[in-house]
Amino acid sequence: MPVTGAPKIITGRIGHADSHTLERYLATGGYDGLRKALAMTPEAVVHEIDTASLLGRGGAGFPAGRKWAMLRQSPVTYLVVNGDESEPATFKDHLLVERDPHQLIEGVLIAAYATQVSQVFIYLRGEFALGLERVQAALNDAYSHGAVGNDIFGSGFSVDVVVHPGAGAYICGEETALLESLEGKRGFPRIKPPFFPAAIGLYGEPTVVNNVETMSNLPWIVLNGGSAFAALGEGRSTGTRLFALAGHVNRPGVFEIEMVKTTFRDLIHAPVLGGGIPHGRELKAFIPGGVSAPWFGPDEIDLPLGQDEVADAGSMLGSGSVVVMDDHTCAVRASWRITKFFARESCGQCTPCREGSGWLEKIMERIETGNGREDDLDLLLDVCDNIAPGLTWPPQQTTICVLGPSIPSSIGSAIQMFRDEFLVHIKEGGCPYG
Amino acid sequence: MVDRATTTEPAHTVPPDVAEGQVTFTLDGRQVTARKGEMLIAAAERAGTFIPRFCYHPRMKSVGVCRMCLVEVSGPRGASLQPSCFVEVAEGSEVTTDSDKVKKAQDGVLEFLLINHPLDCPVCDKGGECPLQDQTLAHGPGETRFVEEKRHFEKPIPISELVLLDRERCIQCSRCTRFAAEVAGEAQIDFIGRADQLEINIFPGLPFSSYFSGNTVQICPVGALTAVPYRFSARPWDLDQVESTCTTCSVGCRVAVQSSSNRVTRLLGIDADPVNHGWLCDKGRFAFESVNSEDRLTEPMVRKAGRLVTVSWHEALDVVADGLRAATKKSGGPGGVGVIGGARLTNEGAYTWAKLAKGILGTDSVDAQLGDGLPAEVVLGLPRATIDEAVGADTVIVLSGDIREELPVLFLRLRSGIVDGDLSLVELSPQATALTPHAAVSLRYLPGAATELAKAIADHGAPAPATADPTDLAEARRLAGADKVVIVVGRPSLAEDGALVAEAVQVLARALPKATFLPALRRGNVMGALDMGLSPGLLPGRVGLEPGRQWFTQAWGKVPDERGLGTTEILESAGGSTGGEGARTDKPHRNGARVRALVILGADPLTDFPDAGMVRRALAGADFVVSVASLPGPLSAHADVVLPVAEAHERPGTTTNIEGRISRLGQKLVQPGQSWPDWMIAAELAVHLGADLHLDSVAEVWDEIERLAPAYRGITRSVLDTPGATDGVVAPLTVTAVAFSRRPGSAPLDPIAFPGVESVEQQGAPPRAGLAGARTAGIAANAANAANGSKGAPEVGAGTSGDAAVTNQPPQLAGPFEITVPRVVPTDSYSVRLVASRRLYDRGAAVDAVPVLAGLIPDSPLRVNPHDLDDLGIGTGGNVKVRTATTSLVLVAVADPSLPRKVVATDFNVPLAEGTVADLIDATAPVTELRLETP
Ligand SMILES: Cc1cc2nc3c(=O)[nH]c(=O)nc-3n(C[C@H](O)[C@H](O)[C@H](O)COP(=O)(O)O)c2cc1C
Ligand code: SF4
Ligand code: SF4
Ligand code: SF4
Ligand code: FES
Repeated sequence: MPVTGAPKIITGRIGHADSHTLERYLATGGYDGLRKALAMTPEAVVHEIDTASLLGRGGAGFPAGRKWAMLRQSPVTYLVVNGDESEPATFKDHLLVERDPHQLIEGVLIAAYATQVSQVFIYLRGEFALGLERVQAALNDAYSHGAVGNDIFGSGFSVDVVVHPGAGAYICGEETALLESLEGKRGFPRIKPPFFPAAIGLYGEPTVVNNVETMSNLPWIVLNGGSAFAALGEGRSTGTRLFALAGHVNRPGVFEIEMVKTTFRDLIHAPVLGGGIPHGRELKAFIPGGVSAPWFGPDEIDLPLGQDEVADAGSMLGSGSVVVMDDHTCAVRASWRITKFFARESCGQCTPCREGSGWLEKIMERIETGNGREDDLDLLLDVCDNIAPGLTWPPQQTTICVLGPSIPSSIGSAIQMFRDEFLVHIKEGGCPYG
Repeated sequence: MVDRATTTEPAHTVPPDVAEGQVTFTLDGRQVTARKGEMLIAAAERAGTFIPRFCYHPRMKSVGVCRMCLVEVSGPRGASLQPSCFVEVAEGSEVTTDSDKVKKAQDGVLEFLLINHPLDCPVCDKGGECPLQDQTLAHGPGETRFVEEKRHFEKPIPISELVLLDRERCIQCSRCTRFAAEVAGEAQIDFIGRADQLEINIFPGLPFSSYFSGNTVQICPVGALTAVPYRFSARPWDLDQVESTCTTCSVGCRVAVQSSSNRVTRLLGIDADPVNHGWLCDKGRFAFESVNSEDRLTEPMVRKAGRLVTVSWHEALDVVADGLRAATKKSGGPGGVGVIGGARLTNEGAYTWAKLAKGILGTDSVDAQLGDGLPAEVVLGLPRATIDEAVGADTVIVLSGDIREELPVLFLRLRSGIVDGDLSLVELSPQATALTPHAAVSLRYLPGAATELAKAIADHGAPAPATADPTDLAEARRLAGADKVVIVVGRPSLAEDGALVAEAVQVLARALPKATFLPALRRGNVMGALDMGLSPGLLPGRVGLEPGRQWFTQAWGKVPDERGLGTTEILESAGGSTGGEGARTDKPHRNGARVRALVILGADPLTDFPDAGMVRRALAGADFVVSVASLPGPLSAHADVVLPVAEAHERPGTTTNIEGRISRLGQKLVQPGQSWPDWMIAAELAVHLGADLHLDSVAEVWDEIERLAPAYRGITRSVLDTPGATDGVVAPLTVTAVAFSRRPGSAPLDPIAFPGVESVEQQGAPPRAGLAGARTAGIAANAANAANGSKGAPEVGAGTSGDAAVTNQPPQLAGPFEITVPRVVPTDSYSVRLVASRRLYDRGAAVDAVPVLAGLIPDSPLRVNPHDLDDLGIGTGGNVKVRTATTSLVLVAVADPSLPRKVVATDFNVPLAEGTVADLIDATAPVTELRLETP
């Protein structure tokens, strides 16, 4: 039973070529969720989301309803939507933004109503050229339709939404760096604690930051009720979730899957999903939740796609990206590539992240290109330890944001799982995979 | 180099006697009490545990970026590593700073910092005083595990005329960027790039032109930022350092003067809590080069056959004595001698000169201000505020020139009070200043009409001036009604009579009886000079001539018979009817006597006085001109005698700042050639005049000041000697006034926060003997001769020893006073009024003789209200002809919407497109009116 019969909660519309238009959206029940929400009290809407147990889809998996409840009372509050999606192999929000912008906007409006926010910013990755165009066009149409702006659908509730393009820095996906960037400053994450965005956020005002996918779930939840959502999945991981499948699979792509009920094996091998590994090769390892996540090997392939289940096994679902590596993959090169990404994308504020990422990348490069030394493995692990002491999961942090302690994940996994491969690189002075 | 892990000094920024709630926590097993809200790093330091750090700076907000200060802090989920500079102490928490885990984290951070660091310590200016070097020694790994190529950047790049940046050495601590943005309020440097390519830089084409850029060099914890004047000039361990006070302006920032081989190599700021918080302005920091100048005057000179020739002191002083006697005689009284200047003197020098002029020569035509200040009685008679009181007030009303240009570090303090505290600023000014963006209200007034504006604030019924917005005025009234109000008073424009401003100040003083005042008079020790009586109608200790007559006659033997002239009147009188450019002939002079001899003390009226024509006439008209100077300025060409005087860092003594804070001047250099300290010249001149001041050492001068000058009573040398008085003592001493602002027994030296200031020598009260402290053999010999009667009977009065028991101390001045205020009569409806403001970098000696600063002197345009410019049909940047009754100049005009209509502004003592503003100002007129024309 690889794929459940769960409804397509957020990808139901994308089969249509014109899924991004207001006409198609309205023809498929668009903005009904918003109308329904506006007829409810904000508290009742929050209650539905709580009941749904909607976990944030941006990476940390924090329950959306709880986050909203933490919003400090204040005359000015903001909702900021995080669409900066820049992690390698993560492209699920990309799909939602391009293919169903109205669903995102409707979700945003529901969240704004539930939290009684009157100003929303949708921060989109700058490279999403088509996505930016479509969200902006959809927003304009939604304004004309009376769904955004003053006195929405005559309900008396008003909210303005502004779309803001990022300028090409991965770190601006980290919510506090995103807020700095929105304020026109450098994308340097803010130190938390003491202040989280819900207390001191954009322009110093209380702010809710939620992911694009998190928002896109809201119309369905309001229309169908929180318990319908909670009936899907299991435990804390309810509903469906998008997984961006990449790497050595026959059918890479974005799949909406009921949580927990489906396993990594299903995702990778089911004919309607990943469709298996090409050329009949064997699975070597896979990354279950983006480049920050520790790797899994073939032994973990039957783990269910559930937040706690994956966490208990020592990794995370993170950004919703699953990367498959077949047995022809060089583990050293793969983790070098990931480290290189962090070494370019560290914002540079904190010493361990700024210097550690670059150093690790240089050591990895040396090993991969045949200049490794015997004690490099100890050195790698010790440098990793100085960034994330103890190399535990979840990691301990010596830095301002979690990008820092994410750096060692791939190296730690690769060394732990494929130590011999490293030694071969060092002894033979190069990469055995050529 | 100190081992910061073992020798720790308690943090000085948080007073231990905290009023607010206290918190108790466990620090490495000990119970420690701290102030609620205090950062762990500071609380631990006070408790004797030094946590290594780079980005943390006690005078700036924490950012927690370097991660050097990680310690273990207990929490709900067990102990975790936290940056102690960013974690507030929490009741009952357990903090571990010495566990293996902490050590590993700290070692790890240090190793990370070093992998890309070039380690070019042998050629790095910071080597030897470098927090990175020091903390690596204390905590760092012994050898490197990094075998790769380090990061490379072009070494070093200039980011201003004064500062060079070596990005390879930068450890990205953001101290410099935070200083620029938070403290100076000018984010001219910032990070660019990401990850290990993160670098500090300027914005393209825009230099780091802040007046405060040198502070970033000082607080940079590595040698990434270096100062052009100091670069490669010394190694820190070779430098002597003595604590002193900057006398470039009258804020009185505390400094460490560092020198080697009898040359000043640099000045560093000392974190004096009541004054400068460790900051200096670039002028104060770099002006020392004028002391080292090759052009210093080293020998007395007398004009013979039209040329100044070198002579002995003995001969020079004889010539001076003869010249002064002749002038006195010719004018039929002591008013024949006018003494101008004195703000560059020490308090001891100022007192000695005052005693000579008023007690021996008997002239009261003595003025330390150069027509650029305010009536001295008004300034001294107002209840004084300290800088801390101004910063901590509810409202500060500023009626002065641009404080960033005139008293730079006071600007930093006030700005911080507004930005970081609850201070509201009401600004009264004819034009926008650097403080304007921070003002709750900034009200404009027409030059000459400050009183009208002050009345409108003081009295709700008074008519609102057309230049002031009614809503703003209402807000100003509300803010002026606050509980704690401090009024900063200075001279908004040199083209407006100071009495007009003083009148406005008195209106405010009467209306706000609880308000206190901070004078914004700019020149180095101008406050000390006025306190010592270098002003007409005053005697030492903030005493008026009449109230003090008996007391000082008893002490000195004589005081002037009547009030004398101020600088403007002295110059006007000296100019007499000699004619020349626009001279008003035969104007009657107060007390009849025409000034025929000018003694000019460390000033140059040719550059410093607002009315150039008047100075030229005076120098031409005077029979005899004596210049006491350290550098040859334009004045030398007109002087009959030039007497070389010791400069800052070459003389012991004290100085008094705007608050009335008396602080000690350090002396580390031997003055060049034959130059003498200021007090000694006066003392020996007295001998040549056949008198004896009975002042044989700086210590004796101080003792006499303390004994005779009421405002300085009780501030004995032993008070000045107490370690707690290193930040100075505010006069007059009230019961609680010896504010021991520093930790007793030690200076607030935090070489990690302010690298380079370490074990600075503390010189105590003015010394009795020693270099420049004792009288010369010459004085002694002359005194002996005088005693033997070989000089004949004293002609101009002889002082009696002040040893007689003195009774009935005269009262100190207490305003408000009735002052004579000139009436402003507008010339016609076409004329515009001129504002002449000051710039930090001008052609004054402190800048002009300093190569790195001289290049920063700006050219100033004429700023004109855009509508007035439109009416003239001139575009911004176009030429405009400016005409006065006597002259005309063609200047470059730029639009300045901050100016009221019919007001134009430009800057004093800087180059204009043609001439200088001193060519336009008529110092005898209450305001300067001009006609603008198309050229
Ligand atoms: C380095 C870094 C990058 C991140 N990038 C993204 C991103 O691109 N999109 C996103 O939604 N969340 C991203 N996050 C997570 C956000 O900080 C934040 O947790 C999330 O936007 C909250 O939304 P949610 O509660 O709806 O998941 C990132 C976090 C880190 C540390
Ligand atoms: S951990 Fe890295 S990315 Fe995050 S704030 Fe620190 S330096 Fe920047
Ligand atoms: S230049 Fe100096 S002060 Fe500025 S960030 Fe670099 S190390 Fe810190
Ligand atoms: S503000 Fe004045 S006293 Fe302070 S450093 Fe500058 S010139 Fe010197
Ligand atoms: S992080 Fe605390 S001193 Fe830098």
